[in-house]
Amino acid sequence: MWIYEKKLQYPVRVSSCNPKLAKYLIEQYGGADGELAAALRYLNQRYTIPDKVVGLLTDIGTEEFAHLEMIATMVYKLTKDATPEQLKEAGLGEHYVNHGPALFYHNAAGSPWTATYIQAKGDPIADLYEDIAAEEKARATYQWIINMSDDPDLNDGLRFLREREIIHAQRFREAVELLKEERDQKKIF
Amino acid sequence: MFTTRKTYQPYRSPFDPCPPLTPKTYVTAPNLYIGFQPPRLPQYAPYEALRKGTTWKIFYDPYCGPYEQMKRNERT
Repeated sequence: MWIYEKKLQYPVRVSSCNPKLAKYLIEQYGGADGELAAALRYLNQRYTIPDKVVGLLTDIGTEEFAHLEMIATMVYKLTKDATPEQLKEAGLGEHYVNHGPALFYHNAAGSPWTATYIQAKGDPIADLYEDIAAEEKARATYQWIINMSDDPDLNDGLRFLREREIIHAQRFREAVELLKEERDQKKIF
Repeated sequence: MFTTRKTYQPYRSPFDPCPPLTPKTYVTAPNLYIGFQPPRLPQYAPYEALRKGTTWKIFYDPYCGPYEQMKRNERT
């Protein structure tokens, strides 16, 4: 069960109406290494992972939904007052024809989100290594988006999200360490 | 010196069609170096930690794009 807090994890500010940036950002909404894929991946894998790290997957999976909500807010703000003409110029003409002003789970190139983006192998190490890779790929994606973006307010939010990817990767690496440990040689801090 | 940015010089062909972008850089984030987080590491104050995205100073590794770096240079 979840409890919803009606606020964003980090304030989302956007300096200017820029549908082109929205087109790039949608990669983190419905792309292979996006926040939706991350949330669904972790919240699904947690059923078949040792008890010690179930809570970690729950926490991070939940946080990914908070990130998804931030990305959605960014995309919405970047496009909300754009005319069909401006959307067309930004390369979002096809999107507008299909979805109008709505958001949709697809990547920057327009391919719809698919469950084949995520995996659940049922092997704790294989799954955690996938999760580490997913976080590093998401970190790289944020870097590429920041490289494309000239909006300082938006980049501030993107930098926060990128930092969270670093922390998540760190925690998944620690989860691997926990599972590697011999049970009789417990480290106590 | 410890850095979280690495650079390398790729081979330059005399026939490269685009002007070469050298050196090339990539990121090696702090999470690669620490293993299991040791106890009692330095922390940010709570409000600052919320803005930075981490409580732990050792994991803070901000990234700026080329536009921002350009602007930062203009200001100084």
